[in-house]
This record gives sequence, C-alpha cells and structure tokens, in this order.
Amino acid sequence: MEKNFDVIVIGSGHNGLVNACYLQKAGLNVLVLEKNDWIGGAAVSRELHPGILYSNCSYVCSLFRPEIMRDLELPKHGLQIVAIEGGTVFTRDGDYLASYRNYHAKKRELERFSVKDSESYSRYSRDILKQCRFIQPLLMRTAPDPASFKFRDLSEMLYLLRKVNDLTASELADTVRFWTMSISDFLDEYFENDVIKASLAVSGIIGTALGPMSPGTAYVLLHHYMGEVDGSIGAWGYARGGMGAISKALTSSFRAMGGTLLNNSEVDKVDIRGARVRGVILKNGDEYLAKNIVSNADVKRTFLKLTDPEHLPPNFIKKVNNFKIRGSSGKVNIALDSMPKFPSVSENNPCLKGDIHFTDSIERMERAYDDWKMGTWSRDPFLDMMIPTLTDPTMAPPGKHFMSCFVQYCPPKVGGQNWTKENKDAFGETVIQQIADYSPGFREKILHMEVRTPKELEDEVGLTEGNIFQGELTFDQLLFNRPIPGYAQYRSPIKGLYMCGSSTHPGGGVMGAPGRNAAVEILNDLNLPNSDIRDAYEVL
Amino acid sequence: MIKSKERKDRDTTFSKPLFRSPFYDFFAAQETEGHWYNWNGYKSPTILSDEELEYFSIRSTCSVFDITPLNKYRIIGPQAEDFLNKLTVRDVAKQNVATVKYTLWCDQEGFVIDDGTLFRISDNDFRLCSQEKHLPWLIDTSCGFDVEIIDETKHFCGISLQGPTSASILRLLGVNGIDNLKPFHLFQTKISNMPIMISRTGFTGDLGYEIFMKNNAANEIIEKVWAAGTNHGLTAIGYNALNMARIEAGFIVANIDFISSDHAIRANRCRRPEDLGLGWLVDLNKGFFNGKKAIVNSKLANGTAFKIYALEIDGKEPVEGSIIYYNKKDEVGTVTSAIWSPVAKKSIALAQLELGPSKSILENLWVEIYALKELQYYKLMKKVTIVKPPFINLARRFACPPVNY
Repeated sequence: MEKNFDVIVIGSGHNGLVNACYLQKAGLNVLVLEKNDWIGGAAVSRELHPGILYSNCSYVCSLFRPEIMRDLELPKHGLQIVAIEGGTVFTRDGDYLASYRNYHAKKRELERFSVKDSESYSRYSRDILKQCRFIQPLLMRTAPDPASFKFRDLSEMLYLLRKVNDLTASELADTVRFWTMSISDFLDEYFENDVIKASLAVSGIIGTALGPMSPGTAYVLLHHYMGEVDGSIGAWGYARGGMGAISKALTSSFRAMGGTLLNNSEVDKVDIRGARVRGVILKNGDEYLAKNIVSNADVKRTFLKLTDPEHLPPNFIKKVNNFKIRGSSGKVNIALDSMPKFPSVSENNPCLKGDIHFTDSIERMERAYDDWKMGTWSRDPFLDMMIPTLTDPTMAPPGKHFMSCFVQYCPPKVGGQNWTKENKDAFGETVIQQIADYSPGFREKILHMEVRTPKELEDEVGLTEGNIFQGELTFDQLLFNRPIPGYAQYRSPIKGLYMCGSSTHPGGGVMGAPGRNAAVEILNDLNLPNSDIRDAYEVL
Repeated sequence: MIKSKERKDRDTTFSKPLFRSPFYDFFAAQETEGHWYNWNGYKSPTILSDEELEYFSIRSTCSVFDITPLNKYRIIGPQAEDFLNKLTVRDVAKQNVATVKYTLWCDQEGFVIDDGTLFRISDNDFRLCSQEKHLPWLIDTSCGFDVEIIDETKHFCGISLQGPTSASILRLLGVNGIDNLKPFHLFQTKISNMPIMISRTGFTGDLGYEIFMKNNAANEIIEKVWAAGTNHGLTAIGYNALNMARIEAGFIVANIDFISSDHAIRANRCRRPEDLGLGWLVDLNKGFFNGKKAIVNSKLANGTAFKIYALEIDGKEPVEGSIIYYNKKDEVGTVTSAIWSPVAKKSIALAQLELGPSKSILENLWVEIYALKELQYYKLMKKVTIVKPPFINLARRFACPPVNY
C-alpha cells in the first residue's frame, strides 16, 4: 500500500469527502482516512435492522449546495434529493397544525388557528427571504480576515461592506436585530398564536444549546432556511436511500477520480516536524505521509486530541478550549413493523410525510431547555420526527417503516456524570412515551430502536460533546470568527494543516460549503488552479 | 393519551386548498374550457368559453364577473373615519356617505402597500376592498382607535355587472334608483327581497355596477340577474377578459404593475404614490397618516427612479414582459401589462420606466419584441409613445342617467 500522498483528509464526513473530491479532481493524490468501518460521519445510512436502512444522524437535506452536486457529478454517482410534502405539529388538545407545500393549503391551515397570523405569514416569509439574500452569497466564499491587509481580504471586506451599504437604514437595523435576537422575540413581531409560533421556532433551536428565548436563535432559523430543493428556497428534501446516499455518491465520485479511502483507520496524531506537517500516525501504528493534512474533525478534536499542544500558540489553544460546542441533542432511530396511527389526522393526510412535532408552545420548548441547563435530558422533549419511508421506497420493505426522531434537549453528561445504560434507556423511554401519547399502539410496532445520546455521537461519529454543528451557530462564532478569530480561512497555526469541517465557516448542516471553501484555499496555497470549482449560483 | 378532536372539515385544507365562491357552481356551469386560476385563495375562472367574446360583452352588452375573492374589510365605529384617515392617503372626511373612492395606503416609509376602493356606507361604517390581504396592517394601524375591523371576505360575496346594457338589466330586476345613481355612488336596496349593496363602480372603464350581498343570497340573486340578462347579451366572463378591459382603462394592479411594499424582497422595488401616477390621491393637508413624512420628503427628492407609464406601441405584436430601450440600446424599464386594444385598435401597455428628468428621452423610446412565428423568434424594435391614460374614453361610463337599451 502506498504511503505517500499529496493530501490526507482525516474523516469521511460529507465535508471531508467534498474537500477530498475537489482536491483529487484538481490533480492531487488524496487519501481519506475513516476510523469507522462505515463512511459518511454524520451523513450516514446503516442497516441496523434487517432490510431497514436508517439515517442514523442527519436525516433531511436542504442545505447541500447544488453547485457541489454538479461539480462533483453526484447525480451520476447515484444521488437523488427528493422534495418532501408536509409537516405537522400535534397539539395537546387533540388538534394539529399541518404545513403543506401548497401555499394556499398552508395558509388555510394557519387560518384555522389565526386569520391574522395566516396573513402575517407572507410578510414573515418576505423578511426571512430578505435576510437569506443577504447572507446566502457568503456561504460559498471564504470569510475575509478583517485584521489583514492582504488584497483579497480587503476586497472581500469591501464586498461585505458593499452588501451592507446596499441595505436601507431600516433593513440594516432589521439585519443587526435578526442576527442577535431570539427566535421567540422575532416571531412575536409577526404572530399571535402560540402553536404557529412553536411550529416556526423549531428551526431556531435545532442543534443549538439555546432555548427559543435565548438571543441569537433567530439566526439559527435563518441558517436552516438558507437551503433549497431545486430552487425552492427553504424547502427540505430526502436523500433517496437515506443521508448516507450523499456520502456514498461522494465516495463513488472520489474513487472514480482515483482517490483512496481507507476505513477502520483512526488517526491518533498528526505528525508535525519543524512547525509543518509530515503526515499522520494511526491508532494501529501505521503511518501515512503528506505535506497537506485536512481535518474534517471539529476544531476541538483537531487541535486538542489529534495535534500535540506544543506546536500551537497558547492563545490559540485557549480559544479552541473555549469554543462553544455544547451537545444539546440526541437521536432515537426506530424500525417499525407498520405505519403508526395518529388518530388526530386522517389517514390520507400528506402532512405525516414531513416533519412531525409534538411541542405546541414556545413555553414548552423553553422549559425543555431548562432541564438541559439543569444537567439532564428534557422530561418533555422537543421531537423533530420523520418517516422518510413514506416517501423513499429504498429504505424499507413495503409497509415497514423507518422513523427518525431528533430529540432536544439532551446533555453530553447527566448531572456532570457520564451517561449510564439506565439513563440512556430512560432517555429513550421519554421519547417513546411522547410519541405513544399521540399514537395508540405505537410501542407494539417497534422492531428495533437505536438510541443515541451526545455520548454516542461523540464516541461513534467523533463530534465533540455530540454537537451536530461542530460548534454553535451564534454570531460570536460565525463568519471571520468561526472557529477562531484569525483562523477563519481553513488554515491553522501549523503549516500544511487545514480544517474543513462544520467548525469552519459557514458552519453546520449537510451543506458541503466548508469542504468546498477549504479546497479553494488549499489549491491557492499550492498555486494550483481552482477553475473546476464553480462559483455560487445567484440567489433568488 | 391525547384524545383527538372531532375532525370535521379540518382535513379539507390539503384536499381542497382553494375556496369556492358562492357563485362557483354558476360559473362552473358556464365554463367549457377548464381554465381556472387561483385568485386570493379562490378557484376562479381565467376563461369560461372564449376570451375575446367575453371581452366584447364588457364593451358591447353586459358581462358578469365574480368579485367574491376581493378582500373585503368592514370598518365600523365612532372613529372609523379617523382610523381610515391614518391608514389611507386621501382625506376621508371629504368622502360623503353613499360614495366610493379609489384610494391607496402606504407603509411608514411612504411605499405603496396596495390600492383599493373605500365604500362609505354610513358615517361610521365603511367597507374597504383590496386585491391583497391586509388584516395585520389594519389591526396594527387601528391601535388607539375606537373602531372594529371585520374581515368579511368569506361572509360577503359580490358580482360585477359591466357593460353598456348593465343598467338596463338592473332596471329589469326592479332596482329603483339606477337612473339616479352617479358614478362612484352606492345605495342599499333589495333584489327579490334579498338585501344588496349596489355601487356604480368597476374595473373596466365602462358603464358598470358592483353588487355585494351576504353569501346566502348568492344563488337567488345570480339566477335572477342571469334571467334578466337573457335579452341583453349578459355573458359570464373570466379574468382574462376583465384584464383586457382594465388595461384599456389604464388601471394598475398590485404585484402585476408594481410590487407591493408588503411583498418586495428588494428594497428598490418599492414605489411611492407619485411613481404610480397616483400622487393626486395624496392629501398632504390632512393630519398624520402612514407614510406622510416620507412622502413629503420624497416629493422633494422626486420619488423613486421608476415610474409607471402608459404606452402606445407601433405594430401589432404582443409586448407583454418586453424590455424598453432608450435609443434602441439603453434599458430603461419593463412592460408590466399589455394587450392589443380591440376598442382603440392599438397595441397598448403599462410599463415601469426609469427615464430621468430629460424630456428628449421621451422621443427616442423603443420596445424589444421577440415575436414567435412558427417556432422561430423574430427580434423587432418598435417605436414607443408615452400617452396619458386611459387608453379609451367612453362617454357612457359617466352618463347619468345611463342609456337605456
């Protein structure tokens, strides 16, 4: 086996694979090292029950950039993203608030709860779109370093300032407010009904160790809204075959270009000699050499575990230590013998094909967060539940189903102690009980269940504290401050060591932009052309 | 266990997302082509049988069009007038009881949200009709006023009778007072003992009337109207025919000829009243109203760059959506609505143009047309002339009493 490569990518998460593909495509000889015997990091599909494929971690797709899919020919390698119909919040009084793709069906559904709110919805969408138009073009660009006087930093700063300058006074005020305020306060400006507010607040808290009343959560909503399915902004889709299909297509594209990917190859240390990288040393003692190492791991894992601190400046280590990457969510994946019944909705209602929630007020979300602050999982958690097998025939035999439950909030440690089996079971039971409250006979349909607390996410996937975004998406950790001021351009203090994970700009979600942007920077450093990397499409 | 609620008609929101007007069955029975569209959440016809014949019924006999999907807000209370003076740009104190005024309203930055018609039913009782939905804005503006705002859209329905024989049909129906009803006036009366509100208004630039009633009167009234129209060429029409007539009349539509500031994602798409040629509606002599300060300031700064113009275009090719050029090379704007006018025998259009102060530009305007002829485009440059709307002036529109046919 060859030991010398131009580039070694640590981790086969979607960003690692995107990065590896672009670099391999540019003519470099790239090796991807994956510690698990499966690929994909948190974009993974595994068959944990015979015949039933899971989306074990991430479970829906919207943010993954179409430019990347096209550059890397992922459709040719089997990737299909299909649009989702519907979504619903069940209310405790036995009703539900559904959401449909059909705009008027959606508005009529809102009207059932508040005529005024139904009409306010268009103003709300307009304002979110306005914010998207401002921020989305920044996703596929390296953030400028405001302290640098390099030509490209100055010109990128100028680009940012021009964009700011294009805003009217009230738009600028709205933007600054939007980036800093809580999702609850933001929604209060448009809506009066609590169920409607709860259904919209969801995107403000997913993956974040903040409550809907915490400042900064409005931006998190925007982050979830910036994706699209075939031009439909804010829409979500399923990767056909589960989220692992994205990693599979990326791997296939990578291998077709001649790249090398090794499973069961956990990196122990990045080998650093004389302030630059030499290669990596695996847990099993194997060594691979490369002048460029790209870490898909989060910033904490990269610099506190894989790199010896002696090579790093002390203030950098301190900033890495203090980077906010608090685990706040868990996952319960369930194989079902048949479609669960939800008597509140009629059986042909398409809303069950989308995201299903049981939290009908902002107050309940905030109380769920309170439990997390007290060091335990929420007694009344917030669930983002989906049954992709209602849309995707490839994941389960006809009539059987896979159900994905994203659960918030769930702490990385319980009362400061490591998770025990009892705690993990009790956490799973909390989730099942909430579903069963709305779905009689639910328990009897369960064939198999995978419960993942932040501990499993950290141990299996490698996400520090089980934070799904590799670091929170609050304004202090975005743009040129992500992950560390002065190191927001995918480089590190060590020559030849790069970052390409969600810890870097523009952050988490299965977007691929960090991996792509890092590839642009690496090719720049190597004086190689990056003409094969397409610029971002224009928004709206 | 959560007990599920009685389901009733909850699940119809996805299976039948569009509302049906109380006149739906009547119009559906007239329809032969199956062209429907979504107007403000209602399933509405674009064409019932033949677009052109429907159009000619407006100009030659009489048309009946379902205006139920219009948003209808009832504004009642001791301070209804004060509230409307804050909301809209005209001076409502000058509007007499039993009249209708065309008006518009702006946001706090003086950008137009929508235009519409304000019916003064009594001193403290108004109905505001508009293309777009505005309940949140109305409620927000009503803060501090002793006024009740009721969204009547779903409870009241309406038909528009437009065309030269419309008055005769109403006479046949025994509607007394039609002869004395002046344009932009209204009165309450009954048809077969069903109370209706009738106004001499419309969106066609022709003689015509709008009739509003409670939903439960719809069937009876449409039957009576239809029967009375038998010998007067009464024709049921869809939106396309009405649209032709409204372009001839030079009327603009929100989110077609301009973007409502409620919808604009790009700040530079917002328009001030004077940009729409509607500066004359704004009464700066009255007290505070939404957007007043910004409008006063914008008068000094000449509004925004784009203004709506009425155009006549050489040739007969359709110009909808075309780009307008100065000197055949510099883009100055876009056509928003256009038709071949069967009455004026001209190609006419409404367009938003950025012309600047120079008068000489007006003499050198061109429209670029891609004329599709059997799968091949012919690129044409046609001369554009700016005219003063309306494109047609029909004496019968204002004749009082109206001509009897």
